[in-house]
Amino acid sequence: MGHSTTNYNLDQKFDFSAGLKKSIFTVLIIGAVILTAGILMAALGGGHDEAHAEGAHAFHWYKRLYANLWINNVYFTGIAVIGVFFFAIQYAAQAGWSAPLLRIFLSFGYWLPIAGVIMIVSYFIVGHDIFHWTHKTLFDVNSPDYDKIIDGKGAFFFWPLEKGTFPAFFIIRMVVFFGAWVLFFNKLKNLSYQEDLNPGNQSWFKIRKWSALFLVFFAVSSSISAWDWVMSIDTHWFSTMFGWYVFASWFVAGLSAMTLVTVFLKERGYLEMVNANHIHDLGKFVFAFSIFWTYIWFSQFLLIYYANIPEESVYFVERLQSDVYSPFIFVNLALNFFLPFLVLMTRDAKRHGIFLKVICSLIIVGHWFDFFLMVQPGTLGHNGGFGLMEVGMLLIFGSLVTYVVLNNLSKQNLIAKNHPMLEESYHHHI
Amino acid sequence: MERDKNFILGVYDDEDVLLDAISKVRGNGVKIHEVYSPFPVHGIDDVLGYKRSKLPIAAFLFGMLGTTLALTMQFYMMKIDWPMIIGGKDHAAFPDFIPVTFELTVLLAAFGMVGVFMIASNLKPWGQPRIFDVRITDDKHVMAIDLAVNSSLGEGKLSDVLKSSGASEVNFKSFE
Repeated sequence: MGHSTTNYNLDQKFDFSAGLKKSIFTVLIIGAVILTAGILMAALGGGHDEAHAEGAHAFHWYKRLYANLWINNVYFTGIAVIGVFFFAIQYAAQAGWSAPLLRIFLSFGYWLPIAGVIMIVSYFIVGHDIFHWTHKTLFDVNSPDYDKIIDGKGAFFFWPLEKGTFPAFFIIRMVVFFGAWVLFFNKLKNLSYQEDLNPGNQSWFKIRKWSALFLVFFAVSSSISAWDWVMSIDTHWFSTMFGWYVFASWFVAGLSAMTLVTVFLKERGYLEMVNANHIHDLGKFVFAFSIFWTYIWFSQFLLIYYANIPEESVYFVERLQSDVYSPFIFVNLALNFFLPFLVLMTRDAKRHGIFLKVICSLIIVGHWFDFFLMVQPGTLGHNGGFGLMEVGMLLIFGSLVTYVVLNNLSKQNLIAKNHPMLEESYHHHI
Repeated sequence: MERDKNFILGVYDDEDVLLDAISKVRGNGVKIHEVYSPFPVHGIDDVLGYKRSKLPIAAFLFGMLGTTLALTMQFYMMKIDWPMIIGGKDHAAFPDFIPVTFELTVLLAAFGMVGVFMIASNLKPWGQPRIFDVRITDDKHVMAIDLAVNSSLGEGKLSDVLKSSGASEVNFKSFE
């Protein structure tokens, strides 16, 4: 047959136009304005909140800012690392269909070094207000605040130093995870760009080896980072599903973001060799992993609900029986399960950009709410909520991540032109 | 001539020849009754001009039946027929019902889909499948054309079309 990838311009680059940069910058400014308005309202008119605060732990408006910073940073770190993870999966599975999309997946990794710096720096600023276990008195047997359970878990944060001092083990894990993720990302990125210069299979085999190593590391580090950065907020509580739960949330959000970028580029005339079949596959991933997330969410919920052990069920009592958070549980399920499940069920919806654009955007917002529900009840309690600060911070982070991803995407060829499976991908048909 | 009784069969050795032949034969205005092949041929439904299967609709309806059945059964048992307090919950504690509801939805959707497929493709136990050529389970692809439907073209012309499209043999087959 006459068709082959040689008919296409494989050296095409994404033109990150000034107009597009301006739109992203506008969103950033709007986010900053909304955030500032939220801060001003909370700082000046915060009497209402402080009236509720009792005793030693008076509520300050900046705690809400800190919680928001933490939610967004953990969330977008996940989206970034999922880009690298999905790239690695394609090589480990020796997948051919995704060959022209690999650079899109990979470009999300460019947010990782920035996210790592924000995470480590912000821990030292916001950590004490977010993590209950950072309070020194919890570990002092003579103090009235002494907490036997948290004392038992203390070594996980503070080893090898004394409990209640500097959380060495926690910080080491944070640095090691980010460091290794960034190193793996750089290795995969460099090998992929080298492939453009050296035709042949040798790059593919090297990337597969590094991908497999990354996947082994990510399997452990994704779980532990979920305990560290999210689950330890509710220090007494624990769930054996939590690593998977955070990973599932990250994965769907990441897949949605990658699908959005693909559809966006396709609409602007890039990625000529990507057709409805590739879009269909991405749609299937979003659909399937939305259900996977629901399965994990429900498995965690049902066991706790059914067994009804107070130390476990308190997590859902804090959320379901709260005036502030209970509506968001249903927003979470509606956006992340019912909507993608019902809309993306048909074949046509997965093949057309318009459905995917709407659903993927809503899923990205929906999983932000998932992280909102993981972080805010444990840090802010009844002083939390969804307001101007939340919207502003989400817009700021969202526009920054979009800028970094698109900017780096525009610097290299959009398609890995010497990928040995491009021809297979061109004939992809489902 | 009666319909669905007398067929002219084009026998093909290779699936790539077959795919081209289907387009050529249809291009000559011939209506193809069915194409039989020993293994799934990728893209064959597109060249035959088949519409999307309605099987997913059957699956959805049977799935909904399963959901309804499961919820009704559990509400009847747990709330009306024999109310029990389990773990201090309501008699009808909805989250507890979801696993059973999920399983019955999947079970009925799967069974319903297989059943509908069997009946629609004449694989039902009381069905009499018609064998056009025994070699379709071995190494030959067979294109069956109903003579009555294409009577305007005539046997000679149909035979020529099949041969020129790359058929290795052209046979006739009649059913009672």
